Amino acid sequence: MLTVTGLCKTFPGVRALSEVDFTARAGEVHALVGENGAGKSTLIKVLTGVYQPDAGELSCDGSQVRFATPLQAQQAGISTIYQEVNLVPLMSVARNLFLGREPRGRLGLIDFRRMHRAAEDTLRAMGIRVDVRRPLRELGVGAQQMVALARAVAVDARVVIMDEPTSSLEPREVRTLFGVIRTLRERGIAVIYVSHRMDELYEICDAVTVLRDGRVVHTGRLAELDRLRLVALMLGREIGEVREEGLTKFTGSRDTAARPVLEAEGLRIRHQLDGVSVSLRPGEVVGLGGLLGSGRSETAKAIAGAVPVDGGRVVVAGEPVRAGSTAAAIRAGISLLPEDRKTEGIVPGLSVRENIALAALPGLSRFGLVDDARVDRIVDTFMKRLRIKAAGPHQKVGELSGGNQQKVLLARWLALHPKVLLLDEPTRGIDVGAKAEVQALVDELADDGLAVLLISSDTEELIEGSDRVVVLKDGAVVRELTGDAVTEDELMRAIAAVPAGGHDD
Amino acid sequence: MTELSLAPGAVDRDRALRLLQDYGVYGGVLALLLFNFVFTPHFASAENFRTQAVQVAPVLIVALGMALAIGTEGVDLSVGSVMALSTSLLSLYLGYGPWTATLIAVAGGVVAGLASGALVAFVGVQPIVATLASMVAARGLALVLLPQLKDVHDPGLAALGSGDVLGVPHLALIAAALALLVAFVVRRSTFGRQLLAIGDSRPAARLAGLPVRRVLVVVYVCSGALAAIAGVLATARLTASDPTSLGTLMELSAITAVVVGGTPLSGGRVRIGGTVAGAVLIQLLTTTLVKHDLPPSWTQIAQAVVIVAAVYAARERGKR
Repeated sequence: MLTVTGLCKTFPGVRALSEVDFTARAGEVHALVGENGAGKSTLIKVLTGVYQPDAGELSCDGSQVRFATPLQAQQAGISTIYQEVNLVPLMSVARNLFLGREPRGRLGLIDFRRMHRAAEDTLRAMGIRVDVRRPLRELGVGAQQMVALARAVAVDARVVIMDEPTSSLEPREVRTLFGVIRTLRERGIAVIYVSHRMDELYEICDAVTVLRDGRVVHTGRLAELDRLRLVALMLGREIGEVREEGLTKFTGSRDTAARPVLEAEGLRIRHQLDGVSVSLRPGEVVGLGGLLGSGRSETAKAIAGAVPVDGGRVVVAGEPVRAGSTAAAIRAGISLLPEDRKTEGIVPGLSVRENIALAALPGLSRFGLVDDARVDRIVDTFMKRLRIKAAGPHQKVGELSGGNQQKVLLARWLALHPKVLLLDEPTRGIDVGAKAEVQALVDELADDGLAVLLISSDTEELIEGSDRVVVLKDGAVVRELTGDAVTEDELMRAIAAVPAGGHDD
Repeated sequence: MTELSLAPGAVDRDRALRLLQDYGVYGGVLALLLFNFVFTPHFASAENFRTQAVQVAPVLIVALGMALAIGTEGVDLSVGSVMALSTSLLSLYLGYGPWTATLIAVAGGVVAGLASGALVAFVGVQPIVATLASMVAARGLALVLLPQLKDVHDPGLAALGSGDVLGVPHLALIAAALALLVAFVVRRSTFGRQLLAIGDSRPAARLAGLPVRRVLVVVYVCSGALAAIAGVLATARLTASDPTSLGTLMELSAITAVVVGGTPLSGGRVRIGGTVAGAVLIQLLTTTLVKHDLPPSWTQIAQAVVIVAAVYAARERGKR
């Protein structure tokens, strides 16, 4: 149905796709999986005409095609349903369904009666009962997604691409969605299904293509691939592969008998976290393992008060911390190094000095005026201690390399003397040398008695850096690896394990 | 070799552009001054400078508050209406003496700023919409309090409006003092640093535990208070309260001064010196054209050219 061969796409500094071959067949649900940066979204964007490939061919029904715009891709019968529904929230359900192809009556006006009837029929066929005259935004997210899907199907789609369609759905809505997907399959439509939820993949998909670092590492029938093997392919690790100690700069384990300094219990965020509990002892590095979308970053953000939680509590050194407030968490001694350094971490237009002093400002001020001498002292100390390479304290942080930006952020938090440090992907996107330095630094901080929570997509880094690893899956803790069980093998086994009790959720 | 010879040229162009961004406004002011010294009769007189200073003072004061709002990636459209509200309150409460009336007028500006700030910070309304609402509300309130133009006869206020110290008008002194105060706050206070961080990257500021909402509210309160002070000064100079027309289009003049002064609309940077120069530049431009008997439409065209030039100079800055 839709085939690409030898697809290459390069962005400045990154090779997003190289020599990718991919085929979506009619009447088949094809899973597209891979970790962050594997090239899934780039591939989808090439398929839907958002990006132009640098090399390679696209063919649809055996004839070669080029999509210069998303519109051309749509006209060729390729429909995409994104994570966020892209419909018009204020228009009625029926109008959204028929947007741009409304049935016309005489005088060229919209024939509302015919449109409403047709909309009702379409939706009922998919098992959805809603008043099609109501504005779309009054519907739940799941129902909105169904409308988007109905629209995609109704415009004679022959290929439907779904990008993590279940990420905001209730279990019941997921069932309905799967029902619709099965109908699509019977009607001979090719479905490309992007998701990280192992259970869903095995339930609904026929074939699978695994991407890693812009290359196809595996493609074939899903049923012939066991879960453990799939996880190993996604993470790029071999089962039972023997590794020499010391590939990363982390060193061995530490004392694990002390009282926990941080206890997070039953953290709950709708659709994201389902009762996650983690505890950290002083001087301990605890890893958070799991695939993308398993709730790792959400857990860290919930502990740091950066996202509102629906339940659960965080206790630091015996004192409960008010939920949903970064300021309260910071006062309690929790510091979060966010995953997205560029937009959530650094303040690019301000200098190295201002960035380091930012969070500690109230403590460095007298009567609301900044004490420049003290700021200079602290900035000087940390620039030396963390070996921050900058033209000087007054250089803009936006001009520094990724590794140095990360060090500036670390300095910002260390200036507050935190008790707990949450590191979300601390070494992503920084060069090898800086990576080793950051890893060594984390070790050093833990030795000084800081409790560290480490999140990393690099399993090697996670395993070697952590004393314990808490494994998350679909927003819940599935296992905790301790002692000798802290190995990549065990981590992958924990991620791949089939949940007891089958497919209830 | 061509590349090698090109490289220094590019560096020079970058440096020239940066110089233009940083000092273009001051250059513009200087150029206009020189032009006028040479070509405009009676320009180089103390009396003329006094007039210019008195005329520019209200715009300048309003622009200071505007610069703070723009520094947080916001804008305050309500400043003109707040001036009107301030003049209404002033003439209404003048019976209690000029000082009390002034305090009440400024308090009115603070309340208006509090309303805008609360909408922006707590309700999450976009600044342009929130302050548009305050703009309409404040003008309406001003007209309810004082339906039509009213003369203000108060010796204290008259002295404020037309008096001077060693030849420098009170208005100019107050404007200069406020500019220094705001510049000091931006450069040296915790609040100033937090304001810039919030304007540059809101998510980062939030995750760094900064009191984002408090800072935003304080910014709009400052802007409201400054606009109210400008309203009092304008009333004192005109010796009349005119809530219908006082401060109309003031928000646009203030934004012009801020933008021409090199403060980017994308936030994260506040240039008080530039804002002062921007206000002065527009004032001088108008004067120059008026003194050479050119029609008012020319003034507007000239302003447009200056704005476009300022935006052009600031263009590169956006591409960090």
